Amino acid sequence: MGIDLLPTLLRGAGITIQLTLASAALALVVALIAGLGRLSPWKPIRILAGTYVEVFRGTSVLVQLFWFYFALPLFGIRLDAFAAGVLALGLNVGAYGAETVRGSILSVPRGQIEAGIALNFSAAQRMRRIVLPQAFVMMLPPFGNNLIELLKATALVSLITIPEMTFEGYSLQMTTGRTNEIFLWLLLLYFAVAYPLTLGVRAIERRVSAFLRA
Amino acid sequence: MPANASDPASPENGRSDPGPVVRFEQVTKRFGDLTVLDRLDFEVAQNEKIAIIGPSGSGKTTILRVLMTLVEPNEGVVYVDGEPLWHKPANGELVRADEAHLRKVRKNIGMVFQHFNLFPHMSVLRNVTEAPIHVLGRSRSEAEDQALHLLDKVGLGDKTDQFPSQLSGGQKQRVAIARALAMQPKVMLFDEVTSALDPELVGEVLNILRDLARDTEMAMLIVTHEMQFARDVADRVVFFDSGRVAEEGPPSKIFSAPENPRTQSFLKAVLDH
Ligand SMILES: Nc1ncnc2c1ncn2[C@@H]1O[C@H](COP(=O)(O)OP(=O)(O)OP(=O)(O)O)[C@@H](O)[C@H]1O
Ligand SMILES: [Mg+2]
Repeated sequence: MGIDLLPTLLRGAGITIQLTLASAALALVVALIAGLGRLSPWKPIRILAGTYVEVFRGTSVLVQLFWFYFALPLFGIRLDAFAAGVLALGLNVGAYGAETVRGSILSVPRGQIEAGIALNFSAAQRMRRIVLPQAFVMMLPPFGNNLIELLKATALVSLITIPEMTFEGYSLQMTTGRTNEIFLWLLLLYFAVAYPLTLGVRAIERRVSAFLRA
Repeated sequence: MPANASDPASPENGRSDPGPVVRFEQVTKRFGDLTVLDRLDFEVAQNEKIAIIGPSGSGKTTILRVLMTLVEPNEGVVYVDGEPLWHKPANGELVRADEAHLRKVRKNIGMVFQHFNLFPHMSVLRNVTEAPIHVLGRSRSEAEDQALHLLDKVGLGDKTDQFPSQLSGGQKQRVAIARALAMQPKVMLFDEVTSALDPELVGEVLNILRDLARDTEMAMLIVTHEMQFARDVADRVVFFDSGRVAEEGPPSKIFSAPENPRTQSFLKAVLDH
């Protein structure tokens, strides 16, 4: 297996990691906002958040990607490829994350909220101090899965010419023709990025839920 | 009506005499077709200790939940310390209360739940200090001093750094009692606070409540199936049936010479079981 292929692929891996982290950060923020929005007492906000979730879950990332990169410029909004990629990936994963956020919040036992009312916390304090910390523990495992899915989905943005790992793989294949070697490297490199992510998420989960175990 | 309550119908009396701390006036609560509270009139005097007994489904929990603002009544008015709880006065009539009004009146009420409902992500100490700090605006050191004092009182002064998952049921319930006391309510509600406990842990919690009933100024509304305990702590026992007060009186009367046939058969059933 040719080591000579590695520098190019590693450069791509760097971009892949950047894409993953930036999209994950966006997805996290959007998931929290939209997940809370779906539970808002105010109907227009519920509708807005619900529409976002359904639209982004109901269409493919690929189509969203093309929209952000090729269609938005027609409306005068021009994004560079990286920004379009982060936006599409982040908003797509954020829509799934919003459902996780909503579900986790709803699964905090009713008695917790009642105890919060009995202690005269305001609605916002109940959410922030009682519900969200407990919901967050439940969000972690699905968020971990989303993160790995996100990492794999970054390969799609090669289609809008972002030189991430898969893109570099295709380029090398074109110039060298050493298909088997290249794809073996890609396999190893994706795993080498994904596995530490999985371990990291698990470590956080363990720490956070240690004291919640009954 | 208890001997030490003023006449609730005449507000002028309220000036010299503090009047009842809680008053239900023709309160009705329905769940669908089921009428759980049926035009209930009910009063609690300042400092009064009341045991509420009655068959399952008679509405005992519902009264407490209406008072704790967890269940909104369909009709009638509930007064806490003279102020309407679920309503607020506007242009001479009572309109539905908003959250700000609920919070203002609710600060007089505290509750201990059957299933404790401690916050699992907070230490014992933080369970007790969280609301005094963030709701009452106390300083952390002041709140912690008070919490340590209360935890000592319930015999858990050495458990402050534990988490709820590390405690027995009886210990959890004692933390819940300390947590509720830290808010210094005028009325404390207890909903079958020992019925989720293993039998050998019931005593430790009942003893705390006995001490509390003896030493505190706050009114206590205690829903319980522990008849001996009710007899020991209550100034007045209220027997509930089908969402109404079927019979009430001092424990000696209710337990020794109940008049209502429903009370008689209920007591016979629970005391014989
Ligand atoms: N949220 C609710 N929705 C529908 N029905 C309810 C609800 N809460 C209570 N009920 C019904 O109202 C009736 C009275 O309930 P409540 O809990 O007040 O009784 P209780 O006297 O406390 O009984 P128990 O001794 O079993 O605790 C019961 O038939 C109960 O099923
Ligand atoms: Mg009950």
